[in-house]
Amino acid sequence: MASPRLPLEGIRIVDLTIVWAGPSGTVFLGDLGAELVRVESLQHPDVNTRGQTRIPKAALEGGGGGQFPKRDPGDRPWERSASFQYSGRNKISMTVDLERESGKEIFLRLVQKSDVVFSNYAAGTLEKLGLTYPVLREANPKIIMVYFPGFGLSGPYKYFKGFGTNMEALAGLTALRGYTDMDVTVNGSVFQADAAAGAMGAFLTLLALHHRNRTGKGQFIEMSQAETTLHHLSQAWFQYAMNQRLLDPMGNRDGAAAPQGVYRCSGDDNWVAITIEDDKMWATFCDVIGRPELSHDPRYADIVNRYKHQDDLDPIIAAWTQDKRHYDLMHLLQGRGITASAVISHREIFDDPHLQARGFFKQVELPGVGLFPHAGPVYKMSKTPLKEPHRAPLLGEHNEYVYKTVLGYSEEEYQQFVRDQHIGDTYIDLLPKPQGVSP
Amino acid sequence: MMQQQLAGDVLALSDVTVVDISTGIPGSFCSKLLADFGADVIKVEPPQGDPTRSLGPFPGDVPHPEKSGLFLHLNTNKRGVTLDPSSPSGQVLLRRLVGNADLLIESFGPGKMTDWGLGYEELAKVNPRLVVLSISNCGQWGPYKDFKLSELTLYALGGTLHHTGIPEREPVKMALTVIQFQMGQVAAIAAMAGVMVSKWQGVGQYIDFSLFEAQAGTIDRGGINILTSAYNNRQPAIVRAGPDSFRTIQPGGVYPCADGYVQITSGRPEWFKRMLKTLRREDLLLEERYQPFPDCLYRADLKDEIDALVFEWTLQHTKRECQELAQANEWPITAVSTMEDLFTDPHFRGRNYFVPISHPIAGEFEYPGPPALPAETPWKPGRAPLLGEHNQEIYCTQLGYSLEDLGRMREQGVI
Repeated sequence: MASPRLPLEGIRIVDLTIVWAGPSGTVFLGDLGAELVRVESLQHPDVNTRGQTRIPKAALEGGGGGQFPKRDPGDRPWERSASFQYSGRNKISMTVDLERESGKEIFLRLVQKSDVVFSNYAAGTLEKLGLTYPVLREANPKIIMVYFPGFGLSGPYKYFKGFGTNMEALAGLTALRGYTDMDVTVNGSVFQADAAAGAMGAFLTLLALHHRNRTGKGQFIEMSQAETTLHHLSQAWFQYAMNQRLLDPMGNRDGAAAPQGVYRCSGDDNWVAITIEDDKMWATFCDVIGRPELSHDPRYADIVNRYKHQDDLDPIIAAWTQDKRHYDLMHLLQGRGITASAVISHREIFDDPHLQARGFFKQVELPGVGLFPHAGPVYKMSKTPLKEPHRAPLLGEHNEYVYKTVLGYSEEEYQQFVRDQHIGDTYIDLLPKPQGVSP
Repeated sequence: MMQQQLAGDVLALSDVTVVDISTGIPGSFCSKLLADFGADVIKVEPPQGDPTRSLGPFPGDVPHPEKSGLFLHLNTNKRGVTLDPSSPSGQVLLRRLVGNADLLIESFGPGKMTDWGLGYEELAKVNPRLVVLSISNCGQWGPYKDFKLSELTLYALGGTLHHTGIPEREPVKMALTVIQFQMGQVAAIAAMAGVMVSKWQGVGQYIDFSLFEAQAGTIDRGGINILTSAYNNRQPAIVRAGPDSFRTIQPGGVYPCADGYVQITSGRPEWFKRMLKTLRREDLLLEERYQPFPDCLYRADLKDEIDALVFEWTLQHTKRECQELAQANEWPITAVSTMEDLFTDPHFRGRNYFVPISHPIAGEFEYPGPPALPAETPWKPGRAPLLGEHNQEIYCTQLGYSLEDLGRMREQGVI
């Protein structure tokens, strides 16, 4: 039997996304076979997604630039940054200036030929452009629009500016995480709100496509990043709703499993994470670390007591782990049925034998640079092979395909759009300035 | 598949039937998302109840299997039945249940379902269009397939734990169980992909969903950091950097204010100007030491001056004042909210986000509301089922067992 088609084969999605939340959401849909048309402009470099167009020398001298292959931003850094290579995978790029009427016409023609418009532009941006859902629906009555500005489309914060870091702060995550003995000002960003919203956006798109397949109807879906993120903080929410009590950051600890922590291992900045889930696991652990007497100590008799006395246990555990390799400890402890893992760094993860055995990383070619491993699709379907990752598009790389094949413009019209600076492959600001001619 | 014309309002997934026999947050959150948008989700618990029922918070801190805040939240809009999948009669029941279902979600770990005669091949004989979504720690095969993981160790293995925290200290996890919720969110994408292929193409299949891979391949490390590392021969290491500085003098991170903390996001040169406007110190840009702009943003010797200005300003204002004043100039600052703040926040209240949901034993509480607002196919509020609440409705009315059968199965501890 032939393989089933990818679930989104033949589905075209207009990708109006910036920064992380939006672009990471459509990545999921590209894996499922959708054609993702990233709409960009020569007039407004999308520095939040592709990165800065010029990297200040001071930044490179200060040790920056790691985003680029061999720390070299090249002449066109916006086509080389690691963040865009990830969030642009399996996407195609067209350019059009949406601020002009002629650009809007081109865009609406694209909407006619598409199934979904997916955007996380700030509230107000599409209103200003006159490209709201009613306008899109007039162009294509079956269009689905998934729109998730950070704070939603109503309420006093509608026009607030913010990134994932702001959403996770506003939704309550930031106040709940971090070390127990330091205040939250040491908390760096984790971008969890971006991840949450991106995945939610992808799910909503599938839901709306499924519904359209049943009914023939498109629809508008509004989502707020902060409101999606709050669902992930269930225990803190209900602690307040039920008992009007606020939770403090718990560091690496957990009242329902103790001891639990991250302990230093041999080598430079290597660590092992350990969770002792129950009394039986505790007894085995005491045996493994050569301290069987601890399992009979009443101070550590059950989870409640071990949690209470974890400050006493931590140095004992750390003394045992400190001269051992983190990977060795993971295997030793897992071999005895104890929940433990190496704290795997981004450098080590390529060599992880499990991910290698499962073929998780895929080699992706970056022109003029070489092959680099990318994370592949994150689940495996037995009959539907998901799309292999392909590199992010160059700016305007697919203009010819989109304008001519998809939108049906003639060669003459295409050339006119080039002259009008809708179509191009370099930001206008970076083009050589025309030389002044003396009278 | 032919389009069915449905009359009137319809929930997006009202044609989807899900049997969820998983335990833990990822599977339950995945099926909650499906249920809240209209799928008929049958939550299958062991006769003694889903272990999540024993996890708090509980009203008044008194544990009760029908009052776990986590359970109540994760299982809204589901119907509940009980069965013991390790008993032969329980296995018969589960086979009957999936006979009419589109999706089965399980999380028993590699091999378990097959041992019980409930492996994919067996279930596909009953229902060839069935999708089985197996959520496991490290997938169904490979060297780590039997690993035990917790929130912390999962984040250590596949997530960004290694560089979360400050350089002088051990890496520190995110709050609560956010990773497992995120995994449920991603699993819902896999679930929909499977259901769509089944509904549209008539093909069922098996989905191997590994939490390790879903972590490694989605956020942060899976994206930027893995590639950044690959680009540079895995050097240098991305280290725990603490608050965001982005190598410039721009403020960024969590700052103390008059009544708590605010989050300042740093990053772009224009924002530095918006900050100075908010602080009424645009005059600084005329000073010699700030020439040329934006190169001055990389001058480490200016950092203390800027920090002092920002601290002085934040400490004079409450979090909501900081937010209002900064946002008026499009400088991205938001409050670092506590749950108490959220309860009274005019924005979420103004959007009617929180929804009261009442439950016959736990009582009425406000729950986090719709994560999204599909205009045609609403999100619906609903409550979690009592243990075995729908045994009779589903086993007798739907599957045709008699009340005597039900009594016998109850006596045998099957349900």
